Amino acid sequence: MGSITEADSIPAERIDLNRREAGRRLRRVSSIAICVLLWHLASTRHMDLGVITFQNVPSPAEVLAAARELLESQKMLSHLTASMSRVFSGFLGAAVIGIGLGLMIGRSRFAEDTLLPPLEMLRPIPAVAWIPLSILMFPSSELSMIFITFTGALFPILLSTIHGVEAVDARLIASARSLGSGRRAVFTEVILPAAAPSIFTGLSIGMGTAWFCLVTAEMIAGQFGIGYYTWASYTIQNYADIVVGMLLIGLLGMGSSVLVKKLGNRLMPWHASEIRKS
Amino acid sequence: MSPVANHASPGIQGHIEIKNLYIQLGSGDQAFEAVQNVSVSIKPGEFVCLLGPSGCGKSTLLGALAGHLQPSDGSIHVDSLPLNGPHPERGLVFQQHTLFPWKTVMDNVAFGLKMKGILRAERHKRAGELLELVGLAGFEQHYPFQLSGGMQQRVEIARVLINHPKVMLMDEPFGALDAQTRMMMQQLLLDVWESIKTTIVFITHDIDEALFLADRILIMSPRPGRIIEQTVLEFVRPRKPELLTSDRFIQLKRHCLELLHTQSADFPLQRLTPLGVIS
Ligand SMILES: Nc1ncnc2c1ncn2[C@@H]1O[C@H](COP(=O)(O)OP(=O)(O)O)[C@@H](O)[C@H]1O
Ligand SMILES: [Mg+2]
Repeated sequence: MGSITEADSIPAERIDLNRREAGRRLRRVSSIAICVLLWHLASTRHMDLGVITFQNVPSPAEVLAAARELLESQKMLSHLTASMSRVFSGFLGAAVIGIGLGLMIGRSRFAEDTLLPPLEMLRPIPAVAWIPLSILMFPSSELSMIFITFTGALFPILLSTIHGVEAVDARLIASARSLGSGRRAVFTEVILPAAAPSIFTGLSIGMGTAWFCLVTAEMIAGQFGIGYYTWASYTIQNYADIVVGMLLIGLLGMGSSVLVKKLGNRLMPWHASEIRKS
Repeated sequence: MSPVANHASPGIQGHIEIKNLYIQLGSGDQAFEAVQNVSVSIKPGEFVCLLGPSGCGKSTLLGALAGHLQPSDGSIHVDSLPLNGPHPERGLVFQQHTLFPWKTVMDNVAFGLKMKGILRAERHKRAGELLELVGLAGFEQHYPFQLSGGMQQRVEIARVLINHPKVMLMDEPFGALDAQTRMMMQQLLLDVWESIKTTIVFITHDIDEALFLADRILIMSPRPGRIIEQTVLEFVRPRKPELLTSDRFIQLKRHCLELLHTQSADFPLQRLTPLGVIS
């Protein structure tokens, strides 16, 4: 019964571990601090390195000021809600269709032969390339942007789902069938939970690509949203706001990916702890 | 109690009749015979060990008994009925990692009852009793990864027992355990078997294990797997660890060693299993 008595581990070892953990955290924070410092130096000295120039790049302080101003003006709220609702709609559609198709393709050879070839052909087409056609296909630019987001999120979700389903241990299925499971029970009791970690990985990656594609779409077709805001700031030469927009996009993309991952860990306690252990 | 008395008792089911069984694996050019012309009759309540070098087709034969693999020729009958796919009456236990990782110990054991549509309260009650039987009371709410290998195998056994199987098919169930835990599990299995009297077909490549557990051992040849010898073991039950050092035991062990030794495998050992996954 050895694995259950972890609480007995020697305190000295634990202190050592804590110190190492603290050391790593410090290193990570300093790494970010150094990057900001380099940015500060490059932008305030208007460094010109030939191939790349920092002459028009705003400094961290300018960006901070712009961000503060933006927050106070509340102008940002409408941009944020516009972007978030687009990402949410596109991502949700991609999750439903990606997981649905992935489960079918992973389980049935017939579905694989009929559904996968066209999807494989569409997959390499980048979201930007869809923009002109989607403007032509959808009645509103809003819908076409949601569609772009959807295409971006769909493939990571689809492929992870297929992979998750195909990687299910055949012995687990055999065990379930020997315990009296029919087709449906094998699906709900074994395939779904066994594929769930892989599906959540796909969702988390898909969330990232959804933001990525949305911003591209907004820059070209939008009248609202963070991508639009970033691009508009460039056209009206508000350089500090460009960086504010960029940082916001990064933050939101990362935040929502983490949210998906957290949700996954909450729903799959066995998986989260397994990972922590190994 | 003598082993003979065990199977003579009326009312016990789980009579297995295998006749001229052939099983092919792989497809197309790769197809080959993994099991060749196997005929065995196993009495109700008998404990049979299938002993053979790895890759000889033991798991394949067991997969067919479980109903997961279709024989290419021959027949299997259990209690005079031909096999028709897997059934909870024939419980299957693998070497390791086949508990459902997303279910608690309790829900793993209760799974078979859930499949029968039995209500949650009732299935938890019965699962709790079985966990007690295998010495795991108090671990109901643990997940499999929180248990040691030996404890996981106890859960596997309880999960199969809950269906009151006529036959238990065990594929090297203790093969991944350390020697000491393995001995404990062998003892536990014998105790459980004494109290429930089900037919057990137990695969192993460990001669000691086969001799210690079985009423009868069947020795298989390397691929293609055939049964080359049968030995009835008349050691009295309940068996104690001292048996392992008795003269008769050592004599039989030497005999098995010679048999298995002269039959060395001459094909590359592949990490394939007939149910399709590396284990
Ligand atoms: N799915 C498969 N396809 C092709 N060959 C297989 C497959 N599964 C097992 N084999 C081969 O069949 C033989 C018998 O396998 P198996 O029954 O697992 O042997 P054992 O359990 O005795 O070690 C082995 O040589 C193995 O490599
Ligand atoms: Mg095997």
